[in-house]
Amino acid sequence: MTNYLNDVEELAQHVPDGALLALPPEYSFVPMALVRAIIRKGVKDLHILTVPINGLAADMLIGAGCVKTVECAAVSLGEAGPAPRFGAAVESRSIKIIDSTCPAIHTGLQATEKGVPFMPLAGIIGSDLLKYRDDWKVVDDPMGQGNGRIVLIPAINPDVAIIHSPLADRDGNVWIGRRRELATIAHAAKTLLVTVEKIQDESLLASEATAAGTLPGFYVTALARAEMGAKPLGLVDHYAPDADEIATYAHEARSEEGFNAYMQRNVFGAQEAAE
Amino acid sequence: MTYSRDEFLITTIARLLETPDVRHVAVGAASPIPGAAALLARKVNGGTPRVSLIHGKATNPFCDGGREIFDAAGQGRIDVFFLGGVQIDGQANLNLVGTGEYPTVDKRFSGSFGSAFMYFTVPKVILFRPEHSRRVFVPKVDFISAPGVSDPDVYRPGGPKYLVTELCVMSFNRDVGRFKLESVTPGRTVEEVLDNTGFEIDVPENVPETPAPEEERLALLRSTVGVEVADTYPAFAKDVLGVDVAA
Repeated sequence: MTNYLNDVEELAQHVPDGALLALPPEYSFVPMALVRAIIRKGVKDLHILTVPINGLAADMLIGAGCVKTVECAAVSLGEAGPAPRFGAAVESRSIKIIDSTCPAIHTGLQATEKGVPFMPLAGIIGSDLLKYRDDWKVVDDPMGQGNGRIVLIPAINPDVAIIHSPLADRDGNVWIGRRRELATIAHAAKTLLVTVEKIQDESLLASEATAAGTLPGFYVTALARAEMGAKPLGLVDHYAPDADEIATYAHEARSEEGFNAYMQRNVFGAQEAAE
Repeated sequence: MTYSRDEFLITTIARLLETPDVRHVAVGAASPIPGAAALLARKVNGGTPRVSLIHGKATNPFCDGGREIFDAAGQGRIDVFFLGGVQIDGQANLNLVGTGEYPTVDKRFSGSFGSAFMYFTVPKVILFRPEHSRRVFVPKVDFISAPGVSDPDVYRPGGPKYLVTELCVMSFNRDVGRFKLESVTPGRTVEEVLDNTGFEIDVPENVPETPAPEEERLALLRSTVGVEVADTYPAFAKDVLGVDVAA
């Protein structure tokens, strides 16, 4: 049964130090309010996995000292520019970087979805990514169909995944619409923590129109309401990204002092605690 | 009619999309110029090619999550994709990771995104990098996110076909692993291209000028196509094309 919690602070208690934590992509449903609660909790040594890319959430977690390892296809603030704390942490070697490529992350999660230890993926051979991935194996086409060499990607099984959503019901069902990467993340993770804008009484499975975009409750470990829970990122059809706020972060976080001041104001400050 | 650099690049890329082999163009994250070029090509050719902008709403057909674009490319359902690079070398190797010796890089960039897969699977990859300098076009990239050419025993239906910069258009010959200069931007010279390219390229005896934007296409860009661009890139549509959908 999905555990209904009071707020993001209670949800954050389910993220242990050292967890392999999966984060959705910037254009999807990113639970920024929960990310801020995880930072306030002072979680340490996270191995974050961006599915397959991320920006603000990863950059804040890295800057706040919550992260030991980043496994990513890219970390970027998109139109707001480079992710400043990510760049600084890689350049100063204060985090371990495991570089990947988008479909390899999807493929590793899909292997876990299917309960198989690995899945093959085309491409990659000849990329320097392979040189630094002892966990990726290159084999000759084992089916003997003349397709040459192919890369095997091991299954990825996140300890915890976190997502936001516009809507849940009372049975733990969560509406994700066409953001199906959230389903992949959920299927592959041991624990799924969800924040939602709204909880409705009517089951999301009662209508085929909503059921088609629903993640069923048996994947959902715990859930809490967080209004405007993706801000300053956007939530499609609900609110647009706050481009000015993201630009402010991108500018201030270029220095460690600026980052700390931003976080003091926006994450540890009175404004957030009153939410 | 006067035009901006970005409008010139849009019309230049659009011409590369108007061949019968181009049925479906996909455009990745934060790529307003390639996105606008694809929408312009579709408009002037009566609905062909199909255009999929992964961060659009109505312009984004993908409904099966982040993996779908890669699965579609792996099946050969996408004919054109755009890639760039912090560094690009003469064999069309791309570096999107950083400069210096990996993993202790001097300057870290975002990461390889889907390049290590799309470069192999999409038949006509167009490299797009407006800045044409020796900082970008290096003799050898510091890190290969995605290789320009592959050994014969590697499954590879796709790869680089063109490189578009603010100075020129080059084609890439996968059999010999070399770029060839196709045309030069009006007002720029072959010498300027060579001076700013850190690797050898093939230069034919006569190098034509890249055509200036056609007037009717500029007009479309600044009106109906601009409105379509604004669905995904509102700031770009307003600043570059003068189309303000909020107004």
